[in-house]
Order: sequence, then structure tokens, then C-alpha cells
Amino acid sequence: MSRGVFGAIVARDLRLAARRRVDALLPIGFFAVAASMFPFGVGSEPNLLRQLAPGVVWVCALLASLLSVQQLYGGDFADGSLDQMLVGGTSAWTIAVAKAASHWLVTGVPLVAATPLFGLLFGLDAAAIATLALSLLLGTPILALLGGLGAALTLGLRSAGMLLILVVLPLTVPALILGAGAVVAVESSLSPRAHLSLLGALLIFSALLAPPATAAALRIATE
Amino acid sequence: MSPSVRSSRLPNPLSNPLRLTTFASPVRFHALTGALLPWLWAVCLLLGAAGLYIGFFVAPTDATQGDSYRIIFIHVPAAWMSMLLYLMMAGWAAIGWAFNARLASMLARAIAPTGAMFTFMALWTGALWGKPTWGTWWVWDARLTSELILLFLYFGYMALVAAIDDPRRADQAGALVAIVGAVNVPIIYFSVKWWNTLHQGATISMTAAPKMASTMLTAMLLMTFAFWAYAFAVVFTRTRAIVLERERHTDWVGALVTRRPGEQR
Amino acid sequence: MSAIPSALGTPSLDGALARRALLSARELACRRGDRLLFSGLDFEVCAGDIVWLRGANGSGKTSLLRVLVGLAGAAEGRLDRDGAAGHAVYIGHANALKDDLTALEALQFLARLQGLPADADACAAALRRFGVHGRRHAMVRTLSQGQRRRVALARLLLAPAQSLWMLDEPFDALDTDGCATLREALAAHARGGGGVVLTSHLDPGLHDPEPAVVQLDEVAAR
Repeated sequence: MSRGVFGAIVARDLRLAARRRVDALLPIGFFAVAASMFPFGVGSEPNLLRQLAPGVVWVCALLASLLSVQQLYGGDFADGSLDQMLVGGTSAWTIAVAKAASHWLVTGVPLVAATPLFGLLFGLDAAAIATLALSLLLGTPILALLGGLGAALTLGLRSAGMLLILVVLPLTVPALILGAGAVVAVESSLSPRAHLSLLGALLIFSALLAPPATAAALRIATE
Repeated sequence: MSPSVRSSRLPNPLSNPLRLTTFASPVRFHALTGALLPWLWAVCLLLGAAGLYIGFFVAPTDATQGDSYRIIFIHVPAAWMSMLLYLMMAGWAAIGWAFNARLASMLARAIAPTGAMFTFMALWTGALWGKPTWGTWWVWDARLTSELILLFLYFGYMALVAAIDDPRRADQAGALVAIVGAVNVPIIYFSVKWWNTLHQGATISMTAAPKMASTMLTAMLLMTFAFWAYAFAVVFTRTRAIVLERERHTDWVGALVTRRPGEQR
Repeated sequence: MSAIPSALGTPSLDGALARRALLSARELACRRGDRLLFSGLDFEVCAGDIVWLRGANGSGKTSLLRVLVGLAGAAEGRLDRDGAAGHAVYIGHANALKDDLTALEALQFLARLQGLPADADACAAALRRFGVHGRRHAMVRTLSQGQRRRVALARLLLAPAQSLWMLDEPFDALDTDGCATLREALAAHARGGGGVVLTSHLDPGLHDPEPAVVQLDEVAAR
């Protein structure tokens, strides 16, 4: 039954996102605007921008992901859907994974798809762009998992958005270092393999540990 | 759940045989720590004075860094305390969650601000060390950067616990955050260390501490124990305040508040 | 200790049908924040029972219901639920309907969550019974409060015969027709061997079976 519930939750969230397309694409819009701010701040010198690009794109992707994750659970908490999910006999673990999956599909995948565009804006070459996209492909699920944990912890609180970011951002530092570092390595003509493998390992680690922690947080918050 | 004590006479904590959970009762904890506090402050002041004296006056001048290195007698113990206190905080919070022991959760909450303070102290003493030695107030050295992230982890815990009104939910959510943070600290530290070695130009490192003469080691140990005593004293004081606030509906707190001044405990 | 008798003398139940307990609670205590709402509650819901939780605002009706359903933990006491009856159907104060789904889609999602029949025909039939069949393809956003309540309650008709229904203020926002439909559904469910626990600040107006009343104010006062 849990496979059915997982599918039901993801399908419902995707359908809701399709019906509110503008809301669903807001994180991408934020990402685009925020990343474009940097050249105004640091100047348009091509070498400088190329150096900054991995970090800037990664940080903006981080913020876009975390800013949008709060209504992952917020809406369901407010209208009672979360209670129904927890009552039905499904483990909270399944709910956590399903929610993280739908967040990644709605926010993470478009972010990855948008990276080539920003790679060009910042003057990255093809290999760097490919590595950046790959690092985000591995990194955005990590952000969805950690963000889900933060959202479950801050369910229903005042200023939940800021609180979530404060709590989760330090935990995302390893992913940020590895992801941006992969692109820097490629730009220095080194292999990004080490970075990307470690990022993959981090993904597996998060996928194993974040759902039970999120499940515990959901139980704490709804009790 | 500890029952509220019905008699108005405060119990002598040592009148019953000691068990592991004897002091898990807020009443006994309050009584015991009240007795311990003056001694803790005394130990802190004595060891602190001794440590500072040895560190600043007795230990020899370093060949390369001159006298400015002496700030490490505060920097290193503060850094050790910051990490140790985070583990203690996570540990007590976890015990409070697992065994539904309110006092353990109160202890965890009391540790957080002190831990954050030591982290902050490690950061600015690090800056004070960096300025005369390398001419800059801040270096993105692996250990200092990890301390900065540790400070943010403390802030996250304190902010979350403060934002939740229900004490039980706050304790449990705080425990989860502290445990998740504790699990992540090694990962964060190693990734920051790697990041530090990747970006060329980071040849400055705080690990370039002067080779330890035995007096230097003595001074650092004395300062560490002094900080320990300080931490115990401050955390116990804060926990006593939290205990009084949370248990304000019980009889023993009422008796404490209404007893006449000058009456012995 | 007040032992709540199960609804006595239900003539509709076959004598051969053992009155098995769908849910039993012993010495239940419930806490909200620092306050102990009530303690020492003994409670049993057998097949064919309807239990009506009454109490003043703040006496813990909703909290008790959440404990019985399993969403919250009890401060003390124990709770036993008959697993063979399947999971309880819980309809809380909030309707749990997403604004951007149609009534039919929303009902199907909730049914799927609890392993109830979720095909379009069964759900449409349930909606018809509650009088909202005509609006089944309308967005929940466009429905009135009463219509949303009917959609939320339609889920009851998909539940198995001997399940336990836990309802929090189910009559809220319903008009006379809706209340009548709900009363019929409750009575039919009890006759078929299911159990119902509901909170309501108004008299639900049920007579067959007569609901057993749990007055939470009295429990708390002890």
C-alpha cells in the first residue's frame, strides 16, 4: 500500500503544481533574478564572472530551493491533509520521501534545466556547464531532503521561512562545497570525479537519514 | 514525570540512597546545584587566575610570533569548550527526548547560549591572533570556518526552541535539530577542510601553533578546566531559572517563593 | 472512574454477532501544553455503538479524538484498537480538501491514502449520496462550506462495513438535508456492525441506536 500512497501523493502534488503553474515556477524566477544580480554587484569582467559562476549559481539554487520548500508541508498542515496522510496507516517515512520527491520534481528539475542558460550568461565553457548541471542534478535532491526536514520542524510556526533557512543552511554546506568545487576543478582542467562521487555519497547518506528524521519531526509537530 | 512534592519542607537530596536518576527530579536538582554553585565559581576563579598568570607571564615568548601568540590560551580552550558543549547539548536533549525526562531537556536548553558564547569567543580570539601575525582580522581557515558554522548551528537550535511555544514540542524538536547537527558536524568539518586545501592561497593556517613548551600546555589545561567550571556554574544557574519557570505551578516552587527572607533552606 | 456503558439494547444487532470491542481505552489522560485536560477516562466502543463526546469548549474533545485516532499520544493510559476492522476513518474539523483539485479528485486522493476504493464510479456514487454529484468536476475552491463538508463526509460511504468512524463536529456547516443524509449514514453504519465516535456541540438527533454520551467536563472535574 505504501507504493500506492507514495504515487498518490506525488501525483497529487504534480497536479496541484500544474494547476498553479505560476506559483510553481516562482523559485526559478527567483533563481534567475538573484543570479543576475551578481554581475551588477561585482562588475561584468568575464574572468571574474567565470570564477564566481559555480558559487553564485549554487548559492542561488540553494536559496531558491529552501525558500520554496516551506509550503511543502505548510499547505497540507493548514487544511488538514497532513493529518489524513498520517492517519491512513502509511508510515511518516513514506510521506517524507514522497514530499521530497515532488518538491524535487517541481523545483529541482527546472533548476537543473535552467543551468545551461546561466552558464552561458557567466561565460562558462561546455564542460563546465555540463559539470554544473550534473552537480545540481545530484545536489537538488539533497536540498529537497534537507529542506523537507526543515519544513517539518518549523511546521506552523511564525517566521517559519526564515527559521527554516537558518536551521538548514549550515547543513547544506558540504553539498555546496562539493558541487561548486566540481565545477572549479573542471575549469582548472582537473577531473571532477572525486567531487561528484562524494556528492553522490552525500545524496545516498541524506536519502537514508533525512526521511526518518523528517518523519520524527512530523510526529513532533502534529502531536 | 516527577510528581510535585506536597510538603513545604524541601527534601535533603542525600537523605535517600543515591540512584542514577536521583537528581533527575527538578526539586533535588535545584537543591543540589544551589549548594554547588559557590564552589564552582571559586574553582573557576582560582584556575582561571592561575592559567592566565602562567599563560601571560610565565610561559616563554615564542621565537616566531613574539608575545601575540598568548591569545591561544583563551582561543584553544574556548574552541574545545564550544565543541564539547555542543555534544553535551545534543546528548542531554536526546536523553530528554528518549526518556521523556524534562530536566534533561531543560539542561540542553541552558547549555546552548553558553556554547554559543564560547564559539563566539573562539572566533574573535582567533581574529585577535590573526591580526598581528598575518595582518588580517579574518582568515577562512578550515578550523575557524568550522567554528563559524558551529555558531550557526547553535543559533539554529536556539531560534527553533524559542519559536515554539509548547514546551514539550520545543524540547523534542530541539533534540532532533541538535542530533542532526551533531551527526553533520564531522561531515561539515571534513568538507570545509577539503575546501580550504582546494583554493590556492590558503596557506595561512591556525594549526601553525608554536611548539608546546610544558608551561604552555599547563596554562592551556588550567584555562580549559577553568572554562569547564565556568560552564558548569553558568549552565546550572540558567537551568535553575528554567526549572523555576517551568515548575512554577508546583508546591515546592511556591514554598520557595513565599518563605520568609533569612530562613535557611 | 466512570465506565461508559456501550449503547444498551440495540435491537438491530443480531444476537449471534459478538459485540466485539472496536476500540477500548483505559485510564486515558490527555495533555495540551502544560495543562492536563482530563485523566482516568475509561472508554469502549463496540460494534454497533455510537458514542457522542460532549463537553464545553476547551474540555478536550478534539484532543481526545486525535488520541483515539493515533495522531497524538496520550499522557497516560492505554488504547487498544481492533486491527481487523481496518484503520479508522477520521474526519477532522478541517476538510482536508485541496482548493485546486476537483471534488472527485480530492475524494479519490483521500480514499487512496487510506486504501479505500478509489475508482471514479465508487467515488461518484458516494458524492451522489451526499448530494454533490452535480459539482463533482468543480474545483473545491468554488464550493461552499457546506458542499465541502459533504465532499469530505462522502468518504464515509467508501469505508468497510465494520470500520470505526471518528468524526469531529461532522454536522458543522451542513443544512437540514445534509444532516439528514449524515444521520442515515451513521445509523446504517451502526446497524451494520461498525462503530462511530463523534463530537458535536449540538444534539446529533440520533435515536436508533441511541448514542452513549461521554461528558468530558465531568471526567475532567475529578
